[in-house]
Amino acid sequence: MFNFFKKTDAGKVSGGNKNRLQSDHGILVFEHTSEVIQAEKMLKTSGWDVRVMGPPPEIQTGCDLVILFPLIEQLEIVRLLTSRSNAPLQVVPVTDPLLEPVSLFQEKDFGDYLMVRAANMKITVDKQTRIIVNVSGGGCPDVPWLAGEMVGKSLADAPDPLEIGHTLCGYALGLAFKEMKTQCLP
Amino acid sequence: MLAIAGTVPDNDFGLAEGRVSIETDHLYMDGSIIPVNRGTPALLGAAIQTLTVFGQDPVFGFLAGDTGPGHGSRQLYEYLVNTSSFSDIHTLVFHYLQPDTDWHNRVMFTLQDMEKKPILIADAGFMYAAKMSGAAPLYDLFTPDAGELAFLADENAPHPFYTRGFILHTDNPVKDLVARAYAHENAARYLLVKGAKDYVMNREGELSCVDGPSHEAMEAIGGTGDTLTGIVCALISTGMDIPDAAFAAARANRVAGQLASPTPATGIDEIIRHIPRAVETVLHQINQ
Repeated sequence: MFNFFKKTDAGKVSGGNKNRLQSDHGILVFEHTSEVIQAEKMLKTSGWDVRVMGPPPEIQTGCDLVILFPLIEQLEIVRLLTSRSNAPLQVVPVTDPLLEPVSLFQEKDFGDYLMVRAANMKITVDKQTRIIVNVSGGGCPDVPWLAGEMVGKSLADAPDPLEIGHTLCGYALGLAFKEMKTQCLP
Repeated sequence: MLAIAGTVPDNDFGLAEGRVSIETDHLYMDGSIIPVNRGTPALLGAAIQTLTVFGQDPVFGFLAGDTGPGHGSRQLYEYLVNTSSFSDIHTLVFHYLQPDTDWHNRVMFTLQDMEKKPILIADAGFMYAAKMSGAAPLYDLFTPDAGELAFLADENAPHPFYTRGFILHTDNPVKDLVARAYAHENAARYLLVKGAKDYVMNREGELSCVDGPSHEAMEAIGGTGDTLTGIVCALISTGMDIPDAAFAAARANRVAGQLASPTPATGIDEIIRHIPRAVETVLHQINQ
């Protein structure tokens, strides 16, 4: 059973499906090559493991270079580039450049409480006080930390996961938080 | 022995391995005190509380501090690749770690070299990495919730955040999503699907379903999935068959919730303290 894994060069290990080698990476698309070069420099200086490559055929926009990056860290990487006025045109997963971030929200009304779910993340608020009473779901390490920062605070005062989160779970929680604010705040 | 690898939401925690014990609402490990809250600490707390029923030794932990940047997770991955502490482990659980397929595969390669493979369970971030590595069939049990099951069922999604809407939609029956996950080799040998109804499933279909006691509020409480994973891994480490352990754990987690009289604002620590009584009750009912 375990022969599934094979040793490769430099002690690295690869799974059975070659196409999955970079399955947890994403692609940053920019309009001009100069922006790609600038972004690569910014990200490498900040310690990110990124590299420049040619775009896959599915990507129709942007210039003829893209940046490959660890997808789980999309939220933090895009935040950094945006803060330095070099936001990408598009961010897509390597597995399927046509995939889009979750845009489907599910709500559950518990009477005194409202829960909003985005992908694997859920946030629950006391409808009367607008205090965040729980955060659940997710699997990335920033989720328990974000929950600790948000639970017990009002929707108006709680930190935005889109600003302080690090991972795609944090990103999903940020979208659920945004949707909850749309539902509950004037 | 049961061992659990995961993170605690504190960047100053560093890296530690050792036996973990619980006292009131805190975990004790190698001089460190960890609040029992959602995430891996909740899983550890639930597992330890379950094992008190059997009078067994404390759980073994491999833990790193990480609030999201991933540095602690990568330190832990590297530690696991080089550790010699896997040899006495019967059941090994991987939990909240930054998903990273390359590091995941290195850890699996270490396990591959072992004479006797432990029972492997993955949940949360490590389950995401297992799926994206194409290594899901190497695991004995995954414990996804509804959103995570949709991710397993979507062969293209690299993370639940990118699950396609037509798969994520709540109208999709669990059985269909499970079948799709197995069709693309993105599921473990057994699945314990957490939700309004908990399903124990394998490639052949449904093995059992638990729908009571039912408290809608449990879905909103952060950490109820972690406690379920904690109970099931503890039961498996006592020698129970995986499907039996999954069924009993699903029942016990619900009973523990019921004993806490939950609302959507209930904290997970309030449920964890009822786990020993809940496990005793359920095992007694099953053995009657």
